[in-house]
Amino acid sequence: MRLNMKLAQRAGLAIFALWFPLAAVAGEAVPVAEDPVLEQRMIALSEDLRCLVCQNESLAGSRAELAQDLRQEIRDQLRAGKSDKEVINYLTQRYGDFVLYKPPLKPLTWLLWFGPFVLLIGAAGGFYLYLKRRGARLAGESLSAEEKQRVEALLRNNGNES
Amino acid sequence: MIPELGHFSLILALLLALVQGILPLAGAARNNPAWIAVAKPAARAQFLFVAIAFGALAWSFLSNDFSVINVTRNSHSRLPEVYRFTATWGSHEGSMLLWTFILGMWTVAVTLFSRHLPDDMVARVVGVMGLVSFGFLLFLLSTSNPFLRMPMAMDGSDLNPLLQDPGMVVHPPILYMGYVGFSVAFAFALTALLSGKLDASWARWSRPWTTAAWSFLTIGIMMGSWWAYYELGWGGWWFWDPVENASLMPWLVGTALIHSLAVTEKRGSFKAWTVFLAIGAFSLSLLGTFLVRSGVLSSVHSFATDPARGLFILIFLAVVIGGSLLLFALRASQVGLGGRFALVSRESFLMVNNILLLTATGSVLLGTLYPLFLDALGLGKISVGPPYFNSVFVPLVSPLIFLAGLGPLARWKQVNVPELAHRLKWGFGASVVAALLLPFTQETWQPLVSLGILLALWIAVTVVISVRARMRTAAGWSANFYGMHLAHLGVAVTVIGVTMVSSYQTERNMRMAVGDTVTMQGYTFRFGGVTDVTGPNYTGARGMLEVSRNGKPLTTLYPEKRVYVASGMPFTESAIDYGFTRDLYTALGERLDGGAWSVRLFHKPFVVWIWIGSVLMALGGFMAITDRRYRTSRKKGRVQA
Amino acid sequence: MKRFLIPLGIFIVLVIFLGIGLKLNPREVPSPLIGKPAPDFRLALLSDPSRQMSPADLRGKVWLFNVWASWCGSCRQEHDLLLSLARQGSLPVYGMDYKDQPGDAQAVLARFGNPYVETFIDLDGRAAIDYGVYGVPETYLIDKNGTIRYKHTGPLTREVLDGKILPLAKELQR
Repeated sequence: MRLNMKLAQRAGLAIFALWFPLAAVAGEAVPVAEDPVLEQRMIALSEDLRCLVCQNESLAGSRAELAQDLRQEIRDQLRAGKSDKEVINYLTQRYGDFVLYKPPLKPLTWLLWFGPFVLLIGAAGGFYLYLKRRGARLAGESLSAEEKQRVEALLRNNGNES
Repeated sequence: MIPELGHFSLILALLLALVQGILPLAGAARNNPAWIAVAKPAARAQFLFVAIAFGALAWSFLSNDFSVINVTRNSHSRLPEVYRFTATWGSHEGSMLLWTFILGMWTVAVTLFSRHLPDDMVARVVGVMGLVSFGFLLFLLSTSNPFLRMPMAMDGSDLNPLLQDPGMVVHPPILYMGYVGFSVAFAFALTALLSGKLDASWARWSRPWTTAAWSFLTIGIMMGSWWAYYELGWGGWWFWDPVENASLMPWLVGTALIHSLAVTEKRGSFKAWTVFLAIGAFSLSLLGTFLVRSGVLSSVHSFATDPARGLFILIFLAVVIGGSLLLFALRASQVGLGGRFALVSRESFLMVNNILLLTATGSVLLGTLYPLFLDALGLGKISVGPPYFNSVFVPLVSPLIFLAGLGPLARWKQVNVPELAHRLKWGFGASVVAALLLPFTQETWQPLVSLGILLALWIAVTVVISVRARMRTAAGWSANFYGMHLAHLGVAVTVIGVTMVSSYQTERNMRMAVGDTVTMQGYTFRFGGVTDVTGPNYTGARGMLEVSRNGKPLTTLYPEKRVYVASGMPFTESAIDYGFTRDLYTALGERLDGGAWSVRLFHKPFVVWIWIGSVLMALGGFMAITDRRYRTSRKKGRVQA
Repeated sequence: MKRFLIPLGIFIVLVIFLGIGLKLNPREVPSPLIGKPAPDFRLALLSDPSRQMSPADLRGKVWLFNVWASWCGSCRQEHDLLLSLARQGSLPVYGMDYKDQPGDAQAVLARFGNPYVETFIDLDGRAAIDYGVYGVPETYLIDKNGTIRYKHTGPLTREVLDGKILPLAKELQR
């Protein structure tokens, strides 16, 4: 099937070569949206919002009818001069925090937002303590003659190999 | 008849898996050579029967046997032959069978490439894998039998159109090669815990298997990402969907495992930690299976779900992972400490790498499951999506990538800091200056772009320094050494791709009538109209966009909109002109009034670098496996305990 | 030994949550509007499109607000239940015809029976958005003060109606 596409593409190229002079007189296309700046704002906003009827898609990416309606609603509200925050409030009043892909920071989401960094600090601290304890334990073990030999072998072997 | 043969083979495979799981493990525990000897033949026979079952299912699909429920639900008589074959693993049942099939392949591979290993060790590894296989076969036969029949249907309801794609021919098998491949590292880890022999040679033996699985998983994820890019019609390459996260988590832990195995093999340190990671990587593979198939999370890609299946996998998870972690808790404390090292040493750097990778894994897990936690506690519903993951992931991964440059140049045991700083100061300085200046060649300067470029250049510079240093010494070819550097370079390439496309993508949604043109980033797109197309199992509209640059024709793109006959669902087929420094991505939207169409046009700078980098990472992994020392047997590993 | 038990502990907690998760529906969105005043609107009625009505006109009554459409297959599933509720007469049911052709909706009611006292016509779905409707059918229980007390998403079932909605309605009617 892909092969067919390739053929079709080649054929298309041939047609294109014939057609090219026409291209010069063609008109400049216009954006689908009446107001592209507003549209950009709408898309940026709806990318972080969840489509409610879909499995897991953003409002911006969904083709569902409700998503289209909500995009239109957002467009209208932005046009009416509402701020991004007001639009988001409008949606959370109706659908709850579920519509937000970026959960708001509140006590219920502290664990979510701070968890990773607490985990990082905890793990780093744990590793540091482990190193200290380990150093102490290793220092406590006196080296036997056999172990000394091994250490020397290690030192020799360990020059350049990664 | 053929489906019954498959069904029967599955039952035989189940019994053989039980034998393979019990006798060798018992034999190794009691030192009974006869029982130990059962391991290899049982594993191979089990695989043979799973293969027969798999073949039977594939045959049912290829021959349009619509008396098999699974075929009716996932195929159609007008589905092209290739997709009838790939539909074999397009459903939950079939993909589970593929999973088991691949598990069998890995087990047979272990039996073939383990001649230099002690027999009792092989027996334990094969035994553990047999038990895992038993669980999956039981799952298949009890809740997800792909061979169930019903009265002959007239025709099937077709394979999900999203899966009717060449990428889907190879993506699932490769991805599963990765997921399931971690079962080998897992089995090695359990073997070490069971036998108490947790030495450097253990790490040496399990290293190539882990790296192989990781490389497959890397390719599998990369293909999934690429598929989402061209197939979902939005040009996104990562959505932080639960299913993607389910593949990313074992990958992150697998990456940590590869690095900690290096320490355990070379220096004998972090043994318990390495074993823990080996259990973790496979556990997360299993967890991913649960998340995708149980319906606890909503995802774009999830399979049709069934609570009975979810319950089965959950119990299976609890037994396999819970049992392993219990064994770990009982045995890990008896492990020795390994070699001495200072606070600033390659050992420490690798541990910091592990900490960052595990924290990243923890964050992905937390973000993926947090909505479930709140819901389970009755605290309301929330969604956690890309904004969360991006804001948590970037700060964790940036230092990790910085370390990837530093680590290979750091000495084991103790880093001579002034010496290392001296070697790297020019490289670092040059990377910083270039990273600050390069973004000015684009329209805007953004701090994140500079950060991305800095990290990528830093890796590139350190790889050059490291390789030059090695070439100056007499050390010869080392597949391991060069494989590692290739993989690190791959990271740099991916970072460039991610940085550029996230910051400098251009997108237009235009209204185009025949002959209309759009100029974007120096490329002119001329709309040549829409023609009707009829595929084998769909009808649709094909747009034509002639692309030119500076008046010179470049290519013609044919984005399509298809409606599949059986499902009646509309789908977008994007058309892409791939390029080394940019992709031109086009998708056909809706028909508008006045004969015009809405057309989406994207200019995506360096987007292919994301996948090129991933391929380099995987190639680096495959290269490292060929290292000679994995083939030489026990002798060499003994020096270091 | 103890610190090696930490992963097992975390895992057990995880399994418990996943087990609870099996019983939950990740796609069901709880309404933040419960306990809040029912959003107001003024819409034409299906019985006579020249007449308009608003939820405010229903103050002092406990009523069931059912959002449906003629194109919605699962709405047909709950239709009989709504009819029997209407016959019983203990709780008035008002409908809202969501993004539909009024003619189609009238045809459905003519053919299967009309459980609704009145049906609002929400042609563009704007009013439904105010109620947080994300999939038809959806049903709201509204009290005498015009406060939303309960919401059910998806087709009504006998269990939900007899077990939750009717007892709550009885209490509110007192």
